[in-house]
Amino acid sequence: MIPVAFDYELATSAEHALSLLAEHGDDAKVLAGGHSLIPLMKYRLATPAVVVDVGRLSDLSYVREDGDHLAIGALTRHRDVEVSDLVVANAALLAEATRNVGDPQVRHRGTIGGALAHGDPASDIPAAVLALRGTLVVQGPSGSREVAVDDFFTGFLETALAPDELLTEVRIPRVPDARWSFQKFNRRAQDWAIVGAAVLVAEGNCGVGLVNMDARPVRAVAVEAAVNSGASAADAAEAAPEGLEPPSDLNASPEYRCHLARVLTRRGLEQASR
Amino acid sequence: MQVSMTINGDPVSADVEPRLLLVHFIRDRAGLTGTNIGCDSSSCGACTIHLGGEAVKSCTVLAVQADDCDITTIEGLADGDTLHPMQQAFHECHALQCGYCTPGMVMAAVSLLDEVPNPTEADVREGLEGNLCRCTGYHNIVRAVLQAAGDQS
Ligand SMILES: Cc1cc2nc3c(=O)[nH]c(=O)nc-3n(C[C@H](O)[C@H](O)[C@H](O)COP(=O)(O)OP(=O)(O)OC[C@H]3O[C@@H](n4cnc5c(N)ncnc54)[C@H](O)[C@@H]3O)c2cc1C
Ligand code: FES
Ligand code: FES
Repeated sequence: MIPVAFDYELATSAEHALSLLAEHGDDAKVLAGGHSLIPLMKYRLATPAVVVDVGRLSDLSYVREDGDHLAIGALTRHRDVEVSDLVVANAALLAEATRNVGDPQVRHRGTIGGALAHGDPASDIPAAVLALRGTLVVQGPSGSREVAVDDFFTGFLETALAPDELLTEVRIPRVPDARWSFQKFNRRAQDWAIVGAAVLVAEGNCGVGLVNMDARPVRAVAVEAAVNSGASAADAAEAAPEGLEPPSDLNASPEYRCHLARVLTRRGLEQASR
Repeated sequence: MQVSMTINGDPVSADVEPRLLLVHFIRDRAGLTGTNIGCDSSSCGACTIHLGGEAVKSCTVLAVQADDCDITTIEGLADGDTLHPMQQAFHECHALQCGYCTPGMVMAAVSLLDEVPNPTEADVREGLEGNLCRCTGYHNIVRAVLQAAGDQS
């Protein structure tokens, strides 16, 4: 499978990338790790005229402690997130979700920024960042803005990013004492989740992100409210699919996904409260 | 576009279309056909090579993304007639049947031991989750990797 022909531009800095995006507008697509975009281009589901490669912007690959949060560069590869001592100590849920992404080869290439910018409801990373209440830093022609993760995912593979903007950093509140659990249900080892649940309980505040339970990555708001007002794990988890419209595909019907969401959320809550 | 990379220690340059996949560059331009294409869709791991020392699936990387990079393929592991310890372990443990998955399997296994030098059986099974063997010879593959890990430590 060969992608449709395109022009290739190698960005040498974030500013350079932004000027290339401004120049090419809607015709251009950012290339980070390429592990969502290249498969789409090979299937010819994506046919950008210009590819702007930000994969070599090593100054956007980092994990730093910054006051009450961790700052993770958008170009940080999954493998580097997974083994980062800072992430393991301050946001272990994110490290665990990242460890669940694909296989080692995929994690050597894919980036945290790419996984979020892709806006795929089937991805593990958005669920963890939703549960952790992350903030995304976005750079555009008129400067930089911060977007709460709750406002970032706008539809199926759609995000708050404009075509001329670059995701540069992911900020994750530090929760070293949080209890957490990442539940992923799939049939084969390297597969995507049929449904997944990222559960966090930090200072009495609950966060639950769900994988593959709607057109976009979502939180189980009703579960969080129930836990915060003292409901048991089993009772709270019953509300997991509330208000959501899970997809139907070869692996699962919407009804089955709702069932999985309840079971995985209950398991996650039970594990996080042990 | 002109790209240059080092493959198994040798410089290779060529004028390529940006859409050329790294696996095709390696096979068709560098003439190194040890790296196989199985699924061509990032699933099977047959095309696994080392890019900057790490295992990656070369069917999901553009050749231009590897410009100026250091690449090792299965042909680059042995030292003359002396097999790499992982190749030797595959040989001794009968870790291949038809052999189609083997180059990718060996490259993934070498990368795994770089990251996890003393793996448990579970570590090996998880570490090779990106590589499929249609002959389903996983048992001996896992044995081979554990043997190579033991020999190495
Ligand atoms: C075989 C396989 C299995 C996988 N399994 C899983 C899995 O189990 N769970 C999971 O969560 N993921 C999985 N993935 C996806 C993987 O996590 C990808 O790495 C990730 O989704 C995309 O990151 P990337 O850096 O490769 O992005 P790319 O593919 O380069 O880009 C993806 C999209 O985001 C945009 N983009 C990327 N970076 C930026 C940026 N900084 N600013 C603005 N836009 C940007 C691109 O334009 C593109 O639209 C799998 C992938 C493969 C190939
Ligand atoms: S050919 Fe690349 S993963 Fe199968
Ligand atoms: S030995 Fe035949 S595919 Fe693995």
